[in-house]
Amino acid sequence: MTEPMLKITNLHAKAEDAEILRGLNLEVNAGEVHAIMGPNGSGKSTLAHILAGRDDYEVTEGSVTYKGQDLLEMEPEERAHEGVFLAFQYPVEIPGVNNIYLLKSAVNAKRKHQGLGEIDSVDFLTDVKQKMKLMGMDESFLKRSVNEGFSGGEKKRNEVFQMMVLEPGLCVMDETDSGLDIDALKIVAQGVEQMRSPDRAIVLVTHYQRLLDHIQPDRVHVLARGQVLKSGDKQLAHELEEHGYDWIRYEEAESA
Amino acid sequence: MKAVDETATRMLDRLQGERPGDASDWIAGLRRDAVARFAEMGLPNQRIEDWKYTSTKAIAKRDFARPDAAGATADANRIEALRVPDLDAHRLVFINGHYAAALSDGEMTDDAVRVRNLAQVLAEDPDALKDRLADAAPADFSGFTALNTAFAEDGAVIEIAADRRVERPIELLFVSTLRDEAIAAHPRILIDAAHHGEATIIEHYVGMDDPQNLTNAVTEVHLAEGARVAHYRVQRESRKGFHIGSVHVNQAANSRLEQHNVQIGAALCRTDINTALNAEGAETLYNGLYLVNGRQHVDTHTRINHNQPNTTSEEAYRGILDGYARGVFNGRVYVAPHAQKTAAYQSNDNLLLSGKAEIDTKPELEIYADDVVCTHGATVGQLDTRALFYLRSRGVDHETARGLLLYAFAEAAIERMGVEPLRNWLQGFVIEELPHADRLQEFV
Amino acid sequence: MAANVEEFVTQRYKQGFITDIETDTVPPGLNEDVIRLISHKKGEPEFMLDWRLKAYRHWLTMTEPNWAHVHYPPIDFQDISYYSAPKSREQQNAEAPQSLDEVDPKLLETYEKLGIPLHEQEKLAGVAVDAVFDSVSVTTTFKDKLAEAGVIFCSMSEALQEHPELVEQYIGSVVPYTDNFYAGLNSAVFTDGSFVYVPEGVTCPMELSTYFRINEAKTGQFERTLIIAEKGSYVSYLEGCTAPQRDENQLHAAVVELIAHEDATIKYSTVQNWYPGDEEGKGGIYNFVTKRGEARGDRSKVTWTQVETGSAITMKYPGCVLTGNDSVGEFYSVAVTSNYQQADTGTKMVHVGRNTRSTVVAKGISAMQGEQSYRGLVKILPSATGARNYTQCDSMLIGDQCGAHTFPYIEVKEPGAVVEHEASTSKVSDEQLFYCRQRGISEEDAVNLIVNGFCKDVFRELPMEFAVEAQALLGVTLEGAVG
Repeated sequence: MTEPMLKITNLHAKAEDAEILRGLNLEVNAGEVHAIMGPNGSGKSTLAHILAGRDDYEVTEGSVTYKGQDLLEMEPEERAHEGVFLAFQYPVEIPGVNNIYLLKSAVNAKRKHQGLGEIDSVDFLTDVKQKMKLMGMDESFLKRSVNEGFSGGEKKRNEVFQMMVLEPGLCVMDETDSGLDIDALKIVAQGVEQMRSPDRAIVLVTHYQRLLDHIQPDRVHVLARGQVLKSGDKQLAHELEEHGYDWIRYEEAESA
Repeated sequence: MKAVDETATRMLDRLQGERPGDASDWIAGLRRDAVARFAEMGLPNQRIEDWKYTSTKAIAKRDFARPDAAGATADANRIEALRVPDLDAHRLVFINGHYAAALSDGEMTDDAVRVRNLAQVLAEDPDALKDRLADAAPADFSGFTALNTAFAEDGAVIEIAADRRVERPIELLFVSTLRDEAIAAHPRILIDAAHHGEATIIEHYVGMDDPQNLTNAVTEVHLAEGARVAHYRVQRESRKGFHIGSVHVNQAANSRLEQHNVQIGAALCRTDINTALNAEGAETLYNGLYLVNGRQHVDTHTRINHNQPNTTSEEAYRGILDGYARGVFNGRVYVAPHAQKTAAYQSNDNLLLSGKAEIDTKPELEIYADDVVCTHGATVGQLDTRALFYLRSRGVDHETARGLLLYAFAEAAIERMGVEPLRNWLQGFVIEELPHADRLQEFV
Repeated sequence: MAANVEEFVTQRYKQGFITDIETDTVPPGLNEDVIRLISHKKGEPEFMLDWRLKAYRHWLTMTEPNWAHVHYPPIDFQDISYYSAPKSREQQNAEAPQSLDEVDPKLLETYEKLGIPLHEQEKLAGVAVDAVFDSVSVTTTFKDKLAEAGVIFCSMSEALQEHPELVEQYIGSVVPYTDNFYAGLNSAVFTDGSFVYVPEGVTCPMELSTYFRINEAKTGQFERTLIIAEKGSYVSYLEGCTAPQRDENQLHAAVVELIAHEDATIKYSTVQNWYPGDEEGKGGIYNFVTKRGEARGDRSKVTWTQVETGSAITMKYPGCVLTGNDSVGEFYSVAVTSNYQQADTGTKMVHVGRNTRSTVVAKGISAMQGEQSYRGLVKILPSATGARNYTQCDSMLIGDQCGAHTFPYIEVKEPGAVVEHEASTSKVSDEQLFYCRQRGISEEDAVNLIVNGFCKDVFRELPMEFAVEAQALLGVTLEGAVG
């Protein structure tokens, strides 16, 4: 049995003295798509941000390894170079910096880390334009400032588009479905399906199962009060949708 | 005493005399110091940056007498007509700076508020003013403040109790009347809100029979933690008169001030509105409207000092200037070092209706902390052309459409005011001031 | 984050070296004899000396300005040397070198080191350079080629010899010596500078550039630049400045006058990188210059673009007087203050003619203990019917020790005028930095990226050669080279 791509063991974390994660365990293998579901405040977004290296959270206990490396020891950009990608729930606006420039800087930073030279501009543009088409995005968008004046849907599409260009090993998608209409949801789901590959793991963080109607997860985990309470196959998501999160809590109380 | 110039000497001479409170050592001392300060400073001149656009020469060349308390009478019906219609308020009336008991609702004391006239407090209970008089408003703020501190003899003292809301607004009506000679009044108002006390106070300045008087008012406001005060200043002095006013506010944690400043009258009007946000959670709203024409000159200087983190201010001033009128707006927002998470928004919008009108506007930001969101903007001269076109395409003639948009421009300031009768009255007032008032009436 | 940001804003001053060259420097001090000496050394026509003396006598009646938001100890004007020239030049009797062979190799080396090659074969593509070293112009390149087009580009000294009638007609016509204290001083003691004359209908075939270098200790630099664009002509002019690292402060009080006649356009760009002083705020240049362009003719246009990263203290308000009907004034500025730098800078737009338009875009970046103020005047006179102004000034703060202030003066006397002013203050947010880092971009590059984005509206107004230099100065990679 090979080492899982992502292995989280007994993870405890807090933000401003409030403990948010309380002994979370999770293993994700390459080639798999996992969904992490849970009610508001269960720690889903915290987990996503800790994986990307946001320093607003303090890890007090436990470990996270990615491809066997200690992820928690790495700077955010190192994680990115190694292939960790976070699709943000609220992508920030950066006035005056255009999308294509940010993307090219990101691609070249990763290539430099891999000991490669800068990417050929023509190859890069060809690749970028093809992927934009897949995401149903207009080329004019490349010249627009990063996320500035984007609608909610455009921002989310942009996140998935960046993910396709950067070709990460681990994709963490934080509530990428929120704020999307049905059509946009389908496009985003297509993009994610496109990314499914034997050497890539995808973690979908979501509150609702509607994204899972379009992306078939291999495993579903339910998070509550900073722990994985229940894991199962995609059937679990349907049960959740049917019974609501209270159902899990009830079940938990029963077994306690 | 040697004064800085002949004007200062003359003014000091003219205003001499006994005043209530002279018996109190500390008040007499305060007045002596203020006289000395005024002797040094004199009236502000245009070499001072804050007075760059406003000349006080018209005031300097006049010879203002000190009004006597005996003259504080007026016809009750005429006074009634000056009031804000339909406003149910507790009212104190002052004629030429002196409290007119017969025309007023009198002293008010209940569990929420105590309202007294200043002369009475100065005479009977001067120590009650200790640490409060000339605290928020330093005597040397300007020559005018020094003058007021030296010669103020009446006005109002309003004390709001902790955890109480004063249900009826308090209206202070200052009437300036025509006398044999021009007179100068120096009203002083103290507003003190204990923690979580709430009140609405309206200072209302009106001229009767076109006097050429000077009103030089100073208001000091202390807001303790959580206090909420809405303070209105409505200035409708005589078109021949002079109005100088300043409001100085100190705010404690989580307190909220609303300051509404309406300037319509006077040949020359200058107001200074200053607020210090001295603790976290304090917030301030400044809302101003000036509406002038003829040869009127209106100058507003505002200052908001964000002295502590997590304080918020919002300021919006609007002006419409016609004829040969001149407007001056200077709004300064200061953010102290370490006053992080300050949010400050400021705007000043102006419309010039005539080729002879002028506006000088200077919105300033002075920022010493990095984690802040501060914006300001100033505009001159825009009516929304799309809105104009829309109205005309609906059959409204050009002039009326323009009048409607002017009204809408002023209404943006009026609608922020919480006191409904005041709002209604101002709306009517604005329409009358605008060109083609008759046609506008049908639409609004 | 702090460490990286610090690195970004405190890149070592690379132009701080001193050229060891023999100079002819007059002793410190200022009086009428010094002015006569300067004028004599330069062999000036009589009118120039008369004008200088009138300026000096008027200057004696003026007081130093103290309204700016900057603090510095009083300047001793008697402790400054008002003339310094490389010796080799002096021996040639104030005649400009006829070819580069006559220029002291040490001077050529200096400009090479600064990245300004004066040999035409190594020329900056399509840019003619006038190099000013301390008080005098060292050489001007591409003169012949410019002469073919009828363009006069030479040092002010040369212009006084060759074209005295043009100098006499225009000097002081936009910035009179009575204008302000430092303009008065400059009028009395100015030593050299650039002179440009573009004849009617001519589009100047290349960018013109002056490179100013202060070298000698205890000297002030007082150059005077005059650019005249005749009817229907076009010229783009670039100015760069550096100085050695010295512990004492040095005064730079230049005057620049631009005159654009009917349908003419003058584009004036500056990359100012005078020595800013060290990390403790010791030393550095006081940059107190007066720059003003008059859009004199109908439909004429004056554009100022500046990137200001240097100087210990800056007081500078390049302005436009829009006299011609339908004339246009523009001001685009990026100013950076870090360490103990102080800048009080902005622009003056004075609308006189009908339908005049002006645009102001000012971007201020303050870091460390830097203090920066935007001070701008927009004045619409009653004659300027239909005038328009749009002003946007944004401040970015890096660190919590710095300050950013905005003092715009807006004076409108015309009801048909539309004036809009917008200002904002913000910081490089942690969210923005994290977003970039999550995409694999290092923190330092992320700061550069964000700052560059903030300044973009101004950089794109710079001629290409200068845009590169400007962005390099800010430690940013060129955006827009991609795609």
